[in-house]
Amino acid sequence: MVATSDQAAAFRGLENWNYSGWMCSSWATRPPGITKGAGMNVSEAVKEAAQTPPAVERLSEERIAYLERLVAQAKAASAVFTQFTQDDVDRIVKAMVLAGLAKAQHLARLAVEETKLGVMEDKVIKNMVATEFTYNYIKDKRTVGIIREFPERNLIEMAEPIGVIFSLLPITNPTSTVLFKCIMAIKTRNAVIFSPHPKAWRCCSEAVKIMYEAAVQHGAPEGVFSCLESHGLQDNAYLMRHKDVSLIDATGGPGAVKAAYSSGKPALGVGPGNTPVYLEKTADLNTSIVDILISKTFDNGTSCASEQTVVIDDEIYDLALKKFSELGAHICNEKETKLLEHTLIDPQTGFMQPMAVGQKATDIARFIGVSVAPNTKLLIAPIQGVGREHPLSAEKLFPVLAVYRAKSVDEALKVCVDVNHAGGLGHTAVIFSRNDEIVRKFGEVINAGRIIVNSPGSIGALGAVYNDLVPTLSFGCGTGGGNGTTDNVNIFHYLNIKRVARRTQAHMWFRVPNQIYFNMNAVENLRQFPSQSTIIVTNPALEHIGHVNIVRRYICPQTRVHVLVIPDAEPEIQVVMQGVESLNSYKADQIIALGGGSVIDAAKIMKLKYESPEADLEELAAPFLDLRKRVVQYPTDKIHRARLIAIPTTSGTGSEITPFAVLTDKKRGRKVTLADYSLNPDVAIVDPQFVMSMPKSLTADTGIDCLTHGLEAAVSSYASPYTDSNAMQAIRLAFKYLPIAYEHPRDEEARCMMHNAACIAAMAFSNASVGVNHALAHAFGARFNVAHGRANALMLPHVIAYNAAVPAKFMPSPYQYGYVAHKKYALVADLLGLGGSTVEEKVKNLIAATEQLLDQLEFPRSIADLGISHAEFEQAVPELVKIAFDDPSWRSNPRMPLLSELAELFWRAYEGRGLTKAAAAPRQQIA
Amino acid sequence: MVVRMATISAWLNIDGNCVVSALQEAAEKLDGAAGEVVLEFESVRRINSSALQAIEGLASAADKKAVKVVLRGVNIDVYKVLKLARLTSRFSFMS
Repeated sequence: MVATSDQAAAFRGLENWNYSGWMCSSWATRPPGITKGAGMNVSEAVKEAAQTPPAVERLSEERIAYLERLVAQAKAASAVFTQFTQDDVDRIVKAMVLAGLAKAQHLARLAVEETKLGVMEDKVIKNMVATEFTYNYIKDKRTVGIIREFPERNLIEMAEPIGVIFSLLPITNPTSTVLFKCIMAIKTRNAVIFSPHPKAWRCCSEAVKIMYEAAVQHGAPEGVFSCLESHGLQDNAYLMRHKDVSLIDATGGPGAVKAAYSSGKPALGVGPGNTPVYLEKTADLNTSIVDILISKTFDNGTSCASEQTVVIDDEIYDLALKKFSELGAHICNEKETKLLEHTLIDPQTGFMQPMAVGQKATDIARFIGVSVAPNTKLLIAPIQGVGREHPLSAEKLFPVLAVYRAKSVDEALKVCVDVNHAGGLGHTAVIFSRNDEIVRKFGEVINAGRIIVNSPGSIGALGAVYNDLVPTLSFGCGTGGGNGTTDNVNIFHYLNIKRVARRTQAHMWFRVPNQIYFNMNAVENLRQFPSQSTIIVTNPALEHIGHVNIVRRYICPQTRVHVLVIPDAEPEIQVVMQGVESLNSYKADQIIALGGGSVIDAAKIMKLKYESPEADLEELAAPFLDLRKRVVQYPTDKIHRARLIAIPTTSGTGSEITPFAVLTDKKRGRKVTLADYSLNPDVAIVDPQFVMSMPKSLTADTGIDCLTHGLEAAVSSYASPYTDSNAMQAIRLAFKYLPIAYEHPRDEEARCMMHNAACIAAMAFSNASVGVNHALAHAFGARFNVAHGRANALMLPHVIAYNAAVPAKFMPSPYQYGYVAHKKYALVADLLGLGGSTVEEKVKNLIAATEQLLDQLEFPRSIADLGISHAEFEQAVPELVKIAFDDPSWRSNPRMPLLSELAELFWRAYEGRGLTKAAAAPRQQIA
Repeated sequence: MVVRMATISAWLNIDGNCVVSALQEAAEKLDGAAGEVVLEFESVRRINSSALQAIEGLASAADKKAVKVVLRGVNIDVYKVLKLARLTSRFSFMS
């Protein structure tokens, strides 16, 4: 319906005001001449105005000076306020609350007289909730200094005031909103400039005055509150963009919220609602009907949280309507419903006509020409659907309620969702039901910041009356309503919360198998492990030289023993799966892995797949940064249980106690590294008799691998006193016994000590991990088919020098305090008795000793020595760098390697001897 | 060669119990200050809106008279108030 030109002119001012989202016209202020049923077409003007930026330039100089004075005053007040203590603000708040309570009725009367909306008695309640209930919630809450402490997290939260808040006030709840916002502002030490709705200016300014006087009288800074003396859109636009306004708190309709959010300032905006209600058949009908009546008639339905459409289960529909009728509701017939639709909802926009807002049911009935009983509280209009074709399914801030008859729970939920999406997203929804499952489902499907159960929507949403929600007069509607929060807005939205996070002591760990047997003939300990069926996993050479027979000798009698011989190479998935078949067919309860790293790794993966066939090796190999925070978890459900006993036959990898296993995927041409403590063997038997026949080159390769494990674990960013002790001991043993074991392979003591050193180094690196040396060696070894230990040896002196220098980039690590790698190396040098009076000297001596050891072991001392041409290496370096950088080993390196540094390290290794010419250096005796 | 005379600063104590009047008094003495005035804030624990206004007035007066105003012993709470009021750039501070 279109208003006449005179009517339109009469309401032009009000149309403009709708830009800020306040409800404008009211029934009682309707200008003469508007006939029954005539609606004013304000909504288009609202829409258009909302899209047009206000013309700030139209403000006069005097007006700008006035606004600047308001801001300057508020700014100064907020600055002074920062000095106030918690006691100061609590004292002021209490005085304000008492003043507000004393004037609750006075302000309610003023509001109704001025706005012509709502019910005076209900507005008194609103004013009291805004003061007393808010006070009850905030009185013991800290808003100054430290507001919360989390000692177990080493974290404290501190309050920082926001500064100057520009606050838009609605026509529907004018004075209660003022009281609420003033109390929140003082509690949080902020200053506020209020901009009331033009039709609620007198009551709002009176409320601000009451609050201001009480506050200043009890010590609040002068100028802490102000209220625009007159109003214009330009004022709002100017203040919303003012550099000294820190926050906009816009309580009102979508226009106000949109303007606030569009200003570029942080804003608290609350949005419109369209509250669906599901009256489910298990509900307590008597209570439900009364609750809906209480809520929908409260202040003549002006609350945006009030019920709009009640969806009633078919089984109780007739009875529910009968009860509504008995308690004072008028059930409209089809003709009356049509009249309501045409009169109260704008056919152009689908929104409610503003003049009906907050009016009595009887006045509305009279206006549309429907005869109702004089005590009618509510008009109930049955509808058959939701949306523009069913106008009464829209938001109606007056005592008209739509009802819908649902044939099933499914239909009821769908209709509620439709209502929710028809203008009420993020706001409020209500359900009456005793069926917890349906209540839960309703909560899942409805997008509302407040889902009120078995209580009145409008008062329930306010919080602290019917439930434990935070008390508020401003409902955050989340992104559904274009807001930044779904919370009930309260003091914590008026604060910047600072978090003071103290450094926490990172939890560390030290995990190794709980049984390690070592020294000559330790294999005899096999006798103590009972087994029905044991599989020995080994390789052909070890079987050939009789090691398997030695092991068999000590397995418990009556054990069925089967030998699984696998190739002497990194295990392939096919080999592993064949092993799992054997384990299944023999129903093994014990696996003995007899061999080097490859055999033990194969046995670890066989055990994993045997116990947990569903384990997806591909998924388990997913990368991770911190073992304890990894995304993929290893399986804990096991269909079999088998003890894994590892008996190493080399002295280097330490696989007998590590949680790692490497698998080769030949089909895809890559390696898969698995890491988890569940891969740790249950028992390790470190018996040197199995390494007495190791060839010299294998002794050197594996021995240097052991030394590299020790050195990298010692300086790792995951190093701890537990791993340090192992790393240091392993380094000492390797420096002392490796040359002897190399020169004199039958020296039992040297073999024994190197065998122990490898296991001890593994204890260190399986908990502290390794470093960049391994990343480089993995990449280089794989590309040029160089044994792992040999590749490590080529990198080792250069990596020590690299880690001992001041890093170009430090590695972030909660486990380390300061950069200590160079000092750790110096400590190693001291342990080895290498001499030196400064850290630098000691590091140099360690590098020299390392180079000397490598020479003794007759390692090639440069990549060039391997016969790799400069051109070939130069071509390979970019890819080597890429692969090395992808290698997880360096993530515990003390220094974060840059790509350029990795390339430089490769080139140093290519060229050979770095800082120290070991050949020229005097040979040192290792202590 | 230009020889500059040494500047003799005026040194005024701001009483924490009557900050506004002390600042007004200081503003009056700007004329006599030979280029610089030092205000001792040691006893000022907190300032109110009036004191803040007086400080702003003093800054404006000092600007006009080309007198440098040094605030000494300003505690951190008062300093933060001056910072929020964008006044710190208009003064020098001395510990």
